[in-house]
Amino acid sequence: MYKILRKAVLAPTLCLFDIEAPLVARKAKPGQFVILRVQEEGERIPLTIADFDREKGTITCVFQEVGKTTMELAKLSEGDSIKDFVGPLGEPSHIEMFGKVVCVGGGVGVAPVHPIARALKEAGNDVTGIIGARTGELLFWEDKMRVACTELRVTTDDGSYVRQGFVTDVLKEVIEEKGDIALCVAIGPLPMMRAVCNMTKEYNIKTVVSLNSIMVDGTGMCGCCRVTVGGQTKFACVDGPEFDGHEVDFAEMARRSVIYKTQEQLAVGRYNNEIEHKCSCGCGGGK
Amino acid sequence: MANAIIPNKHPMPAQDAAVRAKNFNEVALGYDEETVVAEANRCLQCKKEPCRQGCPVEVDIPAFIKLAAERDFAGAIKKLKEKNALPAVCGRVCPQENQCEKYCTLGKKNEPVGIGRIERFCADWELATGVLPQEIAPPTGKKIAVVGSGPSGLTCAADLAKLGHKVTIFEALHVAGGVLMYGIPEFRLPKAVVQAEVQSLKKLGVDIQVNAVVGKFATVDELMEEGGFDAAFLGTGAGLPYFMNIPGENACGVYSANEFLTRTNLMKAYLFPEHDTPIRVGKRVAVLGGGNVAMDAARTALRLGAEESWIVYRRSKNELPARHEEAEHAEEEGVKFAFLTSPTRIIYDDDYWVTGMECLRYELGEPDASGRRSPVPVKGSEYIMDIDTVVVAIGQGPNPLVPRTTKGLECNKKGNIIANLETGATSKPGVYAGGDVVTGAATVILAMGAGRTAAKSIHGYLSGK
Repeated sequence: MYKILRKAVLAPTLCLFDIEAPLVARKAKPGQFVILRVQEEGERIPLTIADFDREKGTITCVFQEVGKTTMELAKLSEGDSIKDFVGPLGEPSHIEMFGKVVCVGGGVGVAPVHPIARALKEAGNDVTGIIGARTGELLFWEDKMRVACTELRVTTDDGSYVRQGFVTDVLKEVIEEKGDIALCVAIGPLPMMRAVCNMTKEYNIKTVVSLNSIMVDGTGMCGCCRVTVGGQTKFACVDGPEFDGHEVDFAEMARRSVIYKTQEQLAVGRYNNEIEHKCSCGCGGGK
Repeated sequence: MANAIIPNKHPMPAQDAAVRAKNFNEVALGYDEETVVAEANRCLQCKKEPCRQGCPVEVDIPAFIKLAAERDFAGAIKKLKEKNALPAVCGRVCPQENQCEKYCTLGKKNEPVGIGRIERFCADWELATGVLPQEIAPPTGKKIAVVGSGPSGLTCAADLAKLGHKVTIFEALHVAGGVLMYGIPEFRLPKAVVQAEVQSLKKLGVDIQVNAVVGKFATVDELMEEGGFDAAFLGTGAGLPYFMNIPGENACGVYSANEFLTRTNLMKAYLFPEHDTPIRVGKRVAVLGGGNVAMDAARTALRLGAEESWIVYRRSKNELPARHEEAEHAEEEGVKFAFLTSPTRIIYDDDYWVTGMECLRYELGEPDASGRRSPVPVKGSEYIMDIDTVVVAIGQGPNPLVPRTTKGLECNKKGNIIANLETGATSKPGVYAGGDVVTGAATVILAMGAGRTAAKSIHGYLSGK
């Protein structure tokens, strides 16, 4: 069992946990992920490592409530435990001195981009961070990103905080202002990463994305997470999750990411019914 | 002993094919006490014990059968467990026709003794009545890391623990058992049976750490240098799925057999939504391949509600690598076979979902290096198979995670660890390997035999150290 040492609600439906997992924390590197299972009947889901503390032996995970498992996870409190927690999985980010780099985090993608930005800055890079959310209420870790980056720019789709615009709008400004950018790292929803790649391709800026394919084991034994990169099939869990964004077949990714949409909706509906039932008659959802 | 020879094995009761094709309950129901005693009495107790040469873990077969015939099931299981840590598993999934039962004297003119069935009865008897304590040698103070908790790792761990060593098994998944948990379906090998056998290992003092991916949380070198382990056994199996590399293989509705079976068996997707892991099976399923894994996948597809489940195999029925019994069970349940057929591409709709598969018919040509007649495509024989789900079951390779992260560990071109088959020793001192990661995908019992061999060598290595 893996204990939740700290819980913070960052925004509506956006939750942070510090989870006690010393063996994972000992080896975790930016860019890697974990697979967790909430309870005995649970499914295995991947979450990117947002931070780690080797001394305390903790891994920080930030997740959005998008379905049954993440909703159930968000119901847990400090002191509760998660059944299974395995990692660090995947290849770490490639960190070296590139020069000028841009780190783009969209929505919940701000969390996984954070340790990468920090490592890039520690490696001597001039890191421009760009973070964005649909609305100001959903924006988080502005303070942490400000420390992790050399410079940080913030935007919201609806203009409710700082300014109005997509992260790509800000990225365009940064590229034109700064010139000769050596690397762009973009993590966020699929359409956002795709839009970033379309833009950086025009400017011929190498762009790394972190792919959130559907996974089961996360150790390379099933191929559920397979993606086409540069015309070749890769397993995101062992070959990635980071890939050259200009080589990724995003259309295929998008189709594969909704394979279980019907089942996911069914699971959420059933879960909500259970909770409602629990509240109204106190039978514990058992009947 | 029986007076007259009974020519045939006592039949094993089984669920009716039409009923079982719709449920995940075990197909074969096992003997009752009277039947097992009658079957055990068929054994001639030959002095030469030819059956024993067919058992990769060298079980004293006549002795345990004699005890079973005398209704001393406690004695029989004790005798079995001297050599076999997983009798409830082996009694169910060993291909006995190619092993112990192949050499049975009775089998020369009649049906051999149902050794596997008797083994299964004794093991189930023990699991039902409570696991008996086993003798363990005094502690040696030596620590051994076993990587992987499949059949080879479990056997190696059990043997070493009985010799007094402190054994820790590191397992990447959240439960121990390897292919016994994620691969072989519930209807052939109930998961509760596997877990009961794993529990009896714990009684030997074996520590099992799940959620521990060696090569990620620690490398083999780190375990030995920093973790204080004196030796290591690598039993990481062949868990890397091969794909056909044909167009359309990444379309929605195409699974590797590993994914299909892991979702169903390990994650219990057949119980969705009570269990959270989903699976999607259409009306017409094509399973590519002809091995036991293909049979398991095709039979699983029927149980998940497919109306038609096809085995698509490029050679003919005679060349099927699957056990005869498995193919027969599949056929009884309604699995259909497209022999001498191989897909060239997978066809999908605008939403990227599989709608069909273009296949080519084959004919058998000259025997190849393996002695099997090689399939030759028939020109112009392309046709479209109308299917909506594909399961690729054409084999697996070794997972590269451990070989790639272990310094000085030699592997062959296919990525298999090179180990001496007589000893299990690898190119790295103190590191031993066995099972599918060395041989490529093979059988449960061969992996167990390799685990046993390595345990002997490790014991020798540590005693001399």
